[in-house]
Amino acid sequence: MKKFTTLQDTAVPLEVENIDTDQIIPARFLKATDKAGFGENLFKDWRFDKEGKPVEDFTLNQDQYTGSILIAGNNFGCGSSREHAAWALKAYGFKVVVSSYFADIFKGNALNNGLLPVQVSPEFLDELFLAIRKDNKESFKVDLKNQKIEIISSGKSENFAIDPYKKTCLINGFDDIDFLVSKLDAIKKFEEKQTQMREAAIQ
Amino acid sequence: MKKTLFDKIWDAHVVESIPDGPDILYIDQHLIHEVTSPQAFNELKEREIPVFRPNKIVATADHNTPTENQHLPVKDLLSRKQLKELSQNCEENNITLYGLGHPYNGIVHVMAPELGITQPGKTMVCGDSHTSTHGAFGAIAFGIGTSQVTQVFASQCLLVEKPKRLRVNVNGDLKKGVTPKDVILYVISKLGTNSGTGYFCEYAGDVFENMSMEGRMTVCNMSIEMGARGGLIAPDQTTYDYVEGREFAPKGEEFDKLKAYWETLRTDDGAEFDQEYSFDAEDIEPMITYGTNPGMGIKITGAIPVEGGKSDAKALSYMGFKPGESLIDKPINYIFIGSCTNSRIEDFRMAASYIKGKKKAENVNALIVPGSRQVAAQIQEEGLDKVFEEAGFRLRQPGCSACLAMNDDKIPEGEYCVSTSNRNFEGRQGQGSRTILASPLTAAATAVAGKITDFTKSLN
Repeated sequence: MKKFTTLQDTAVPLEVENIDTDQIIPARFLKATDKAGFGENLFKDWRFDKEGKPVEDFTLNQDQYTGSILIAGNNFGCGSSREHAAWALKAYGFKVVVSSYFADIFKGNALNNGLLPVQVSPEFLDELFLAIRKDNKESFKVDLKNQKIEIISSGKSENFAIDPYKKTCLINGFDDIDFLVSKLDAIKKFEEKQTQMREAAIQ
Repeated sequence: MKKTLFDKIWDAHVVESIPDGPDILYIDQHLIHEVTSPQAFNELKEREIPVFRPNKIVATADHNTPTENQHLPVKDLLSRKQLKELSQNCEENNITLYGLGHPYNGIVHVMAPELGITQPGKTMVCGDSHTSTHGAFGAIAFGIGTSQVTQVFASQCLLVEKPKRLRVNVNGDLKKGVTPKDVILYVISKLGTNSGTGYFCEYAGDVFENMSMEGRMTVCNMSIEMGARGGLIAPDQTTYDYVEGREFAPKGEEFDKLKAYWETLRTDDGAEFDQEYSFDAEDIEPMITYGTNPGMGIKITGAIPVEGGKSDAKALSYMGFKPGESLIDKPINYIFIGSCTNSRIEDFRMAASYIKGKKKAENVNALIVPGSRQVAAQIQEEGLDKVFEEAGFRLRQPGCSACLAMNDDKIPEGEYCVSTSNRNFEGRQGQGSRTILASPLTAAATAVAGKITDFTKSLN
């Protein structure tokens, strides 16, 4: 996994609440057996009409919005557990998703792919949308080490929470698999005592 | 210390707790299917890591499989390739696969319980958010992403933060025509789609105690639709009776021993929850959804709320509905009875009992899709297939089907479908499709009337 420390970039606003993973990547694109190519189908049915023509007023089709930060409405990534949603956002070029709430499984999937979910307060989310509305070339700085997101022009900022373990993983580019494999001895010991534990519970 | 049911199972599976970090949680049972496993197998191969405990994994093919002519090669080339990779991966790694055509094949959350793989006290995961279904047995079961599928392959464990505890109590007597699906749609309509985020939800109260295992599975299945990672119900005699005698359930002395352990799996009196809600069964009526998330539900005779945010306006515009509108008498051309929420034998008995002696309305296209080969066989055994046929319905072969429309079972653009599945997201049942979630009884009544109808008046 690639390391993540800080990022300063412009952002793409998507002011819709409860964006589910079926919108991020529709089920008909889940037939791939590798991780490549999901970017072109990101938000497919919001981005393109039936004939495959870009939908003009959809945010990803508006030239004034650029950058690797996606700022989305409350409860982003609800629904299906498909990690394809995180792969699609990553493949499209997003490195950070900001929202006032993330669904659990999506959040985990994003972190496991080096895509940083930044959860801000509803008030700060409004500030972020407002800043882009004022100037669509507004820059934002996401500082993982200090767990801070900042609007560059105004200097307004907010701290965000992240699991310390996950933070270490992202900063160093580690992933969970190596860590778990290093624990196999402890896992085998746990397996041996599992039956005893059940018997103890009956007492 | 007083413990909740959830704590008891979770704590018994913690291999280690990382200071300031997640727990290493041991997984007793890993279920896999064709859509979310191929990239995990590839990752293992690339890293040269073997599957640690192949005997704790069971695979099925369900998401992209056709529901007609399953004996023929799968027409869709991408689906066929995905299914072939699943077979190869299972073979190479000594994993049991109940593939297309196998008597045990079916939707992962239908076949595992009916085979006795799902048991109280287990930790279970699958690369599918509706894994919460298995919580009906008093198990900790939740959906995971593909990176986590890889982790479980490699170590039979997951690194996860322990969720908080939530309890939803529903007490009282359910009215006639109110099914487990209505109960959970009601709860989600009251609490919203993210109220459960960060929580594991225990369902308690006599409504759940009096439910069959099928009903409990329907409820736990939709826990994820209020954002909860999983839902669970304390095991009781109903649970033990369901599990006993099934193919992979413990037998004889082993069953008795385990049952003694299962009986300890209940929330201690006075144990604390981080959040708790209570509802009265008498307030619940048959439910339908009117929007594009499962929280947008009303009683079937109700009106679409007038107060709503910007996202509600977007949803109503997609659905072609107006605030304040009632959906009674809305013509419906499609109904779907199936999915991991409602495709068990009891669901088809419920639908058939309403349909018997009636005819499907001319305008209605009905998809009736059993959850597994075993359910399909039981439908025949009980003669329900005749009831459906005589009423003008055609039964399909098992699979996820029109719940997520990965195969050919799609609802056309702009059409409404009264569906027993779990998600009414935009385009979920096919591009431009409009889903109205409901119970099998409501779907059956809609099919007969050709429109949404207050069928409770006609129930005896």
